[in-house]
Amino acid sequence: MGKENPKVGKPDNTAFTQQRLPAWQPILSAGIVLPLFVVIGLTFIGIGIGLFITSRNVQEIELDYTGDQEGAPCAGCTTNATTNCKCTLPFKIENKFEGPVFMYYGLTNYYQNYRKYGVSRDDDQLYGNIDSLKSPANFCSPYQMGAKQMPIAPCGAIANSLFNDTFRLFYKVNKVYTEVLLDDNGISWWTDYNVKFRNPPEINGSLKNAFEGTVKPLNWPKPVYELSTNPNNNGFINQDFLVWMRIAALPNFRKLYRRISEGNWSRSLPAGNYSLEITYNYPVLSFQGKKKVVFSTVTWMGGKNSFLGIAYLVFGSLCIVMALIMLIVYAKYQVQIDRDM
Amino acid sequence: MFRRCFNRWCGGDEKRVDSRTIYVGHRRCPGTNTYLPLKFCDNRIISSKYTVWNFLPKNLFEQFRRIANFYFLIIFLVQVIVDTPTSPVTSGLPLFFVITVTAIKQGYEDWLRHKADNEVNKYLVSVQEDGGAVRKESEEIKVGDVVEVTEDETFPCDLILLQSTRDDGTCFVTTASLDGESNHKTHFTVADTEKHLDSFYATIECEQPQPDLYKFVGRMHITKDGQEPIVRSLGPENLLLKGATLKNTKKIYGVAVYTGMETKMALNYQGKSQKRSAVEKSINAFLIVYLCILISKALVCTTLKYVWQSHPGHDEPWYNQKTQKEKDTFKFLKMFTDFLSFMVLFNFIIPVSMYVTVEMQKFLGSFFISWDKDFFDPEIQEGALVNTSDLNEELGQVEYVFTDKTGTLTQNNMEFIECCIDGYQYNYRDSRTELDGFCVTDGPVSKLQEKAGKEKEELFLRALCLCHTVQVKEGTELHGMDEVDGIGASDDAEQCCYIASSPDEVALVKGAKKYGFMFLGMEGKHMKMQNRNKDVEQYELLHVLNFDPVRRRMSVIVKTKSGETLLFCKGADSSVFPRVQAEEVERIRMHVERNAMEGYRTLCMAYKSLSSEEYEQTDAALQDARLALQDREERLAQVYDQVEAGMHLIGATAVEDRLQEEAAETMEALHGAGMKVWVLTGDKMETAKSTCYACRLFLKSTELLELTVRTLEEGDHPREEKLHELLLGYHKRAVQDRHKDKDKEAVTRSWSSGFREFGFIVDGATLSLVLNASPDASASRYKSLFLQICQNCTAVLCCRMAPLQKAQIVKMVKNSKGSPITLSIGDGANDVSMILEAHVGIGVKGKEGRQAVRNSDYAIPKLKHLKKLLLVHGHLYYVRIAHLVQYFFYKNLCFILPQFLYQFFCGFSQQPLYDAAYLTMYNICFTSMPIVAYSLLEQHICIESLLENASLYRGIAKNAMLRWGPFLYWTLLGLFEGLVFFFGVYQLFWNPALADNGQVFGNWTFGTIVFTVLVFTVTLKLAMDTRHWTWVNHFVIWGSLAFYIFFSFFWGGIIWPFMQQQRLYFVFANMLSSVSAWLIIILLIMVSLLPDIVIGVFRQPQGPDRQQFQKNPGQSGAGDPLSPQSPARPLLFRNFADESNTVL
Repeated sequence: MGKENPKVGKPDNTAFTQQRLPAWQPILSAGIVLPLFVVIGLTFIGIGIGLFITSRNVQEIELDYTGDQEGAPCAGCTTNATTNCKCTLPFKIENKFEGPVFMYYGLTNYYQNYRKYGVSRDDDQLYGNIDSLKSPANFCSPYQMGAKQMPIAPCGAIANSLFNDTFRLFYKVNKVYTEVLLDDNGISWWTDYNVKFRNPPEINGSLKNAFEGTVKPLNWPKPVYELSTNPNNNGFINQDFLVWMRIAALPNFRKLYRRISEGNWSRSLPAGNYSLEITYNYPVLSFQGKKKVVFSTVTWMGGKNSFLGIAYLVFGSLCIVMALIMLIVYAKYQVQIDRDM
Repeated sequence: MFRRCFNRWCGGDEKRVDSRTIYVGHRRCPGTNTYLPLKFCDNRIISSKYTVWNFLPKNLFEQFRRIANFYFLIIFLVQVIVDTPTSPVTSGLPLFFVITVTAIKQGYEDWLRHKADNEVNKYLVSVQEDGGAVRKESEEIKVGDVVEVTEDETFPCDLILLQSTRDDGTCFVTTASLDGESNHKTHFTVADTEKHLDSFYATIECEQPQPDLYKFVGRMHITKDGQEPIVRSLGPENLLLKGATLKNTKKIYGVAVYTGMETKMALNYQGKSQKRSAVEKSINAFLIVYLCILISKALVCTTLKYVWQSHPGHDEPWYNQKTQKEKDTFKFLKMFTDFLSFMVLFNFIIPVSMYVTVEMQKFLGSFFISWDKDFFDPEIQEGALVNTSDLNEELGQVEYVFTDKTGTLTQNNMEFIECCIDGYQYNYRDSRTELDGFCVTDGPVSKLQEKAGKEKEELFLRALCLCHTVQVKEGTELHGMDEVDGIGASDDAEQCCYIASSPDEVALVKGAKKYGFMFLGMEGKHMKMQNRNKDVEQYELLHVLNFDPVRRRMSVIVKTKSGETLLFCKGADSSVFPRVQAEEVERIRMHVERNAMEGYRTLCMAYKSLSSEEYEQTDAALQDARLALQDREERLAQVYDQVEAGMHLIGATAVEDRLQEEAAETMEALHGAGMKVWVLTGDKMETAKSTCYACRLFLKSTELLELTVRTLEEGDHPREEKLHELLLGYHKRAVQDRHKDKDKEAVTRSWSSGFREFGFIVDGATLSLVLNASPDASASRYKSLFLQICQNCTAVLCCRMAPLQKAQIVKMVKNSKGSPITLSIGDGANDVSMILEAHVGIGVKGKEGRQAVRNSDYAIPKLKHLKKLLLVHGHLYYVRIAHLVQYFFYKNLCFILPQFLYQFFCGFSQQPLYDAAYLTMYNICFTSMPIVAYSLLEQHICIESLLENASLYRGIAKNAMLRWGPFLYWTLLGLFEGLVFFFGVYQLFWNPALADNGQVFGNWTFGTIVFTVLVFTVTLKLAMDTRHWTWVNHFVIWGSLAFYIFFSFFWGGIIWPFMQQQRLYFVFANMLSSVSAWLIIILLIMVSLLPDIVIGVFRQPQGPDRQQFQKNPGQSGAGDPLSPQSPARPLLFRNFADESNTVL
């Protein structure tokens, strides 16, 4: 051991043991910081302007369809308990939306990030693991076992509370409604769709058989293998389901519902009158939540977000101001030194 | 009293009895029949703490007594028992790691102690058993064993001297390693002991072990075949102490009376208490603050959770129903478990890994001390030794230095430098070139090229040869004759030739030898001496008028062959000058003063020839006085006074007690660094004082305040009164006036200049008077007065100290107001207690054995190494560890704060913001290595500057970097950054569609963005604080950032088997695919770092100073009056008697 080294003889005379490793000794002096601040400030202002403009160019329309107010289009659906209550929400787009346009649904006051809720899932089950399919993890409780102690697939609170309002969008020209086709492809992360979520292996070519011995989540009208008619969008890899399973960070959140990317609509959503047909299922009034639909264009920085641009501008200007203050102080100080000399 | 009798009566518990009875050689005298199997402890010295068996439980117990470890244990248990957001592994693993690392370290250190103990305990000694000598290991010696010790061996236990090979039944002993006095002490055998120890029957009754080295009371009952036992009294002169060394005596036999831990040496050790550094105390204080933050966070969250839940729809929304079990749980229990869950969630704010890192930093950092080649001493082929690594940073905080004198400040090696005969200077050092070995140097004051008359020369040298109490070591006597044809007799031969109680005398006799007059020893009552012509002269020694510190001189009266009676006297100038002719004084005074100025110990020689009447008168008076039963001392002194008058001054000598190399520079550096140096020595006041002058601890301008037995006995007042008076007087001078001065001068002068410097001298007897004064109110008053005086003096000299008194002093200062950090440095066993008592104990690897080194925290070969140890290593370690501690708290605050804030947005559900892997790895992997590298390699000021500007040390005094101010700064910084991290990302997540394909990000992306910003900010913050970028720093800082990125990809890149949640699958990669995420990360890092940069720049007024230090060191030190560069170094006046600037 090193401690006995001295007894053995002279300590090693290496740069490391003598604490004399060659070293770079930077000092944060005003002379370095000042130009640095100017450069940083200018860069940030530049980026900020870019961001600000980009964000301003994003077109977005947000429609609240909760129906908690008298006379709102969906007010009727809030009270009666019937499923698949339909309501129609007319709206107008003033300026043309440059495509592709994305359609989001938003919920407020909805705590997807509640801990007990967030852990209430079984990723093994969703990965297509047969053992987990038959015996879901305890985390899923109280959505672990259904009637007759049959395992729930997909288990857990998140799956159980899958957002089940559906929308159809119509473009109204001269009182003629043309349906705007909504694409449910590519709304979830590629890795979720292709790797993280897997259906259990099909038995006899049927997904239904694979889910034999499980029951549907309590709140679901249909079992998981009937979520979609498209076999590539069915079961655990249904994209609406995937989007829902990626729990939101904050209690007010948006999730991607559809992309408008078919036909001419993919190029732009022309200005004019539209009508949104809503199948109203999802109860939010019990927790004072709101439901929204958002149409938004997307740029390289994502959806509309003015915060980033403003923050960059503010910080950039702050740097410049700091640099100026520093310049003044430094100049004064320098004069003082000169005088003292 | 009754109890004692009772115990005697019943022969009860030995321990309670005041005395112990020992049967010499375990032989009971034939007559006695009662046999009491007495149990004494064995002769093992135990300084280790653990054994193999108790290591695990004892060590674990000790470790969990630490509040931090205990806290982590609790957290771990909570995680195991209660349903918490994070798994027990997250805190169990680090805790296990900490405990293991610490246990290994402490085990290793204890193993070293075991090894050292074994060295002593397994040492072979011969024990007389059944008529023959048996070799035994030292630890097997039992009380009552007769032990044989040969020359130069140390005594294995406390022995009563029974037999010595010397004819007169004496033996010589040096107690250098016990009390620091290296002279030879004579010990006596007990009278009437038998020549044959086999047939020697005796019992010894002596007191129970007690630590005072100079006290021993006992009785020996010697039984001789059927006769009435003879009783002999035993005193300290019969007791040979463990640790002392037998000298100049071939062999002795002694009976063991105290063994092992009951020996006086062992009792003078103090119990090994774990030393804690001031930094650790700060850590604990900060820890409590953070604990409060933690608890209040958890409380706030718990409260708000229930407030929040009371809103309709919040407690149990339809989408998140509770399990039956949850519904059934009693509400208060639920609240309690919620509270515990929050505690667990936020527990990372108190970093487990900080303790590992601190331990590791200390352990690894201490290697730099043992590696430092500047500490390597070619003489002993050893470098520095680190016995404990817990106190590295304490080296940077020292305020009081307590140093031993003998062997530490001085080499305890007197050398004759020059003499002055009749006003002419003879400097030996130049004489090697001269054929006759005797020359006159053209010193500034001597008359050029002139010599004193030959007669005077020879008289002086004869005086040197005769006026002393030196003995010649037997066996070497005859060799001397042949060797002395030149002056260059080999030093080794000289070294062992002469033995005296004062090293000065040896030096003088050796000095005379160099000039051709050699003392050959005593033959009966005759002193033999060889003169320059190689003739042997004989003088009859009539009387020795012993040295005493009051008279400060000694004389001999000899009779020459021709029948002349001569008195030779040597002594301090102040005591000799008034007794000689004034005109003689004038010729010599200059030399004496000049020598004194140069730091030599000066002595003046005088002689007087006595007529036969005079002699007879004196002889009669002396005999009379010696036989007197009352006032013997005074009467003798009177006679001495009468005789030593009207002498002729023949010359003066200068002897150098050589200081350790660079002792003065070291002391100056310590002063410059703002430390107060106290010299604690067992030595005489005069000697110690001159050493202090030589070390520049006392300067000429220093006003000395003396509080010794001598000053107390002046005047007619009783001691106590005088003490009171003196204390008050000194207090007024040193404390009150000084403050006035300070007020006056504060306007014009800086703190360091212009004051009168005070030096304080106190001796052991007076000190015990001060400390143990009558137990009324005045006692504490004395103590505080004394302390205040001491604290206002630049240097304090405490002489005639017993080892425990040294420790008392240290303890007193240690516990005084502001609890300053103390450091003790010493080399002998007599320093062990003070080394153990002080915050930091330094052992000097001196000549006096290894006791001090073994018990010290750090051992260095020479005193001069102390400078670098404190100014460089101490300073750097302190800065490093202080930064380490602050940084750790800071980085964990801004780590956990976003998690806390997130609770407000997740319904206070204990939802962790970061993934479990990040939570665990943050402190262990992502941010640990850079700070470890920093805390090992940082040199915020380069080593050379630190060495040259001792005053830089003041910058970190009083725990400057770990006070509440800096702590607040770091905490605010952490708060600010935590807020920036969270709300920055929070703002961004108003619209979670951050990808250019319109997809949204979820909560784990949120956490990962915050975490990425956090890791980068915290690492870059450290990078900005690093002033010394070695390749290691580069590697580690950029490496750990790269590792973070790599790990995140890796962690998110695989569907992990056996993991129930795949939360982070591709979260990191997806995050990086978003430009907005990049931009927010960069922005938040910049925003977080901005205040620190700005503050750093606006602190620039300090910056240029620092740069100056680095560019031209020394310049700023020039203003320091103590610095070696100051051109007008005060003249030094010092010698035996110098009182010119002593305040009385």
